[in-house]
Amino acid sequence: MTANRITAKFSALARERKKGLITYITAGYPDLSTTAGLIMSMVEAGADLVEVGIPFSDPVADGPVIQRASARALAGGIRVRDILSLCAGIRQKTGIPLIVMTYYNPVYQYGLEQFTRDAAGAGIDGLIVPDLPVEESGELLGHADHYGLALVPLVAPTTTEKRMAVIASAARGFVYCVSVTGVTGAREEINTNLAKFMQTVRRRIHLPCAIGFGIAGPVQAAAVAPYCDAVVVGSAIVELVDRAGTGDPAPLVAALVKEIKSALENCHDLTSKVM
Amino acid sequence: MSLPDERGYFGPFGGRYVPETLMPALEELASAYLDVRQDPSFWQELDYYLQQYVGRPSPLYFARRLSEYCRGARIYLKREDLNHTGAHKINNTIGQILLARRMGKKRIIAETGAGQHGVATATAAALFGMECAVYMGEEDMARQSLNVFRMRILGAAVIGVSAGSRTLKDAMNEAMRDWVTNVDTTYYLIGSVAGPHPYPMMVRDFQRVIGVETRRQVQEQTGRLPDVIIACVGGGSNAMGIFHPFLEEEEVKLVGVEAAGCGLETGKHAATLNRGRPGVLHGSKSYVLQDEDGQIRLAHSISAGLDYPGVGPEHSYLKESGRVTYTAVTDGEALEAFQLLCRTEGIIPALESAHALAQAVKMAAEMPREAIIVVNLSGRGDKDVETVARILEGGKGKL
Repeated sequence: MTANRITAKFSALARERKKGLITYITAGYPDLSTTAGLIMSMVEAGADLVEVGIPFSDPVADGPVIQRASARALAGGIRVRDILSLCAGIRQKTGIPLIVMTYYNPVYQYGLEQFTRDAAGAGIDGLIVPDLPVEESGELLGHADHYGLALVPLVAPTTTEKRMAVIASAARGFVYCVSVTGVTGAREEINTNLAKFMQTVRRRIHLPCAIGFGIAGPVQAAAVAPYCDAVVVGSAIVELVDRAGTGDPAPLVAALVKEIKSALENCHDLTSKVM
Repeated sequence: MSLPDERGYFGPFGGRYVPETLMPALEELASAYLDVRQDPSFWQELDYYLQQYVGRPSPLYFARRLSEYCRGARIYLKREDLNHTGAHKINNTIGQILLARRMGKKRIIAETGAGQHGVATATAAALFGMECAVYMGEEDMARQSLNVFRMRILGAAVIGVSAGSRTLKDAMNEAMRDWVTNVDTTYYLIGSVAGPHPYPMMVRDFQRVIGVETRRQVQEQTGRLPDVIIACVGGGSNAMGIFHPFLEEEEVKLVGVEAAGCGLETGKHAATLNRGRPGVLHGSKSYVLQDEDGQIRLAHSISAGLDYPGVGPEHSYLKESGRVTYTAVTDGEALEAFQLLCRTEGIIPALESAHALAQAVKMAAEMPREAIIVVNLSGRGDKDVETVARILEGGKGKL
């Protein structure tokens, strides 16, 4: 597999001793042109990677904010192929790594090979499927590898070391570390055992690590950054889209992205050195 | 035949499609269940409660007047409606709660559609002094309000789900989210042969008692095996329970009956095996009602217990292998069968079970008098009386 934009981005971040910011947005909420505008303003505000959510009717790993956004996007008639076209359009404008996040059934119905082919063709670099554990991911991984799409796995605080070793063998691009046992959504509290969890992940999986689920803003981002290579912010951004109502959410989102980026400056590594 | 395989597959169906957070819990559950499966003391304890608390064995009753009305095959009813709490669901909840106790879990969560599984879970939780929360779609809470009160009286917290279609599918999503969040302390007690491995196997094993008893009873009463066994299929637990001990008996025809709702051609139905295609929902690969993009479609049925766009993976396997035939019965046909059983036998069936009865009435008329049909009367209809009264008094039928 050739080193794609994800690997290149994490290498650059490491060289510059910087922590990355991954921003998530539900595609089609409230409509596709807003999504396109939001992605570009996140890029301009300094996001390092962008996650584009393909909405699913039954998102069991998501909290209320992304559930609601997904339902609204689907009610607006959004289709999977429209989102792939949207990504192809974004790719014309920027070299930022694009990662698609969706559930297994939309990918399965599209066809595993067709989906990975079309996603790679649209300039998408990675794929995250939260309801596809490593035991079931073999077939999709084969196709993703063939087309150069990184299948990014999730690990959770409940994941045993034994499982992490298996996950490591099927991990591509980076590893998405779920900060808490729970669904997506901004929280006040951050897992207090994060240091120990991340040490285990680092020991078992030799890929860049991102921490997500529950990162509401700059304070939490700065708190978790010392344990990882990048932080993922999702629900907090989607909430700003809610808040913008009929107005343009792009300035609100750009402001949050800038705030988090500046909070991530001067964050130092803890885990990799504790070892 | 020892399906599922180690990974929880029945042929191409089953598996575990859940967030990583839950995978260790499913491994722990599968290993705990495989341990008790070999442990005679577990089954002795379960048998004790099934006899002394649930009231098993449930009778196999020859429905003489119903059979005379059909002028064909003799119809026998497996009376799961006479179980404590009024349906087959309690066979599974007692089994799983005994397992949860052995695993040291203190909190039980469940999803429910018609409320029968919720009531059976709340009952078992009360019996063993465990904390219990039941997720239920708000639409179902409105049409099954009696069962909501029953659960609350039994000490369970009933949590309304306002997302999506506000029915069983959404209740199951929300229960899975609770489990993801509280996985260390909580046991998720799934009520059907659906969900990730090991649930489809485990729930089937706990419901098998229906078929095992039926086999013995029909031989005692008639000296032979039945020609046809009919059961309704939503998620499919009562059907799996009665079919499973007969799978190897090729001469016994097995018929699963789905809800055709307003009619298969209207799109307003819950006939997953008749009109769906393979997909992934609620943790396993199976037939699913969905659109071209894999978005799950809303199901429709007069009966809340059948109003589900998925089905247990073993049913998908049995459909494709051809061992079981899956038909569908409309809301109207189920309502007629509901009234027919009330008038001919003095038994008020659950609307779910009325779907199986409607199929039996159709088939019996085409069969000789010496033929034997067994219908799994999976639950009693007290919970449905209000719904039925509303429809019949609304002029759509006669009362």
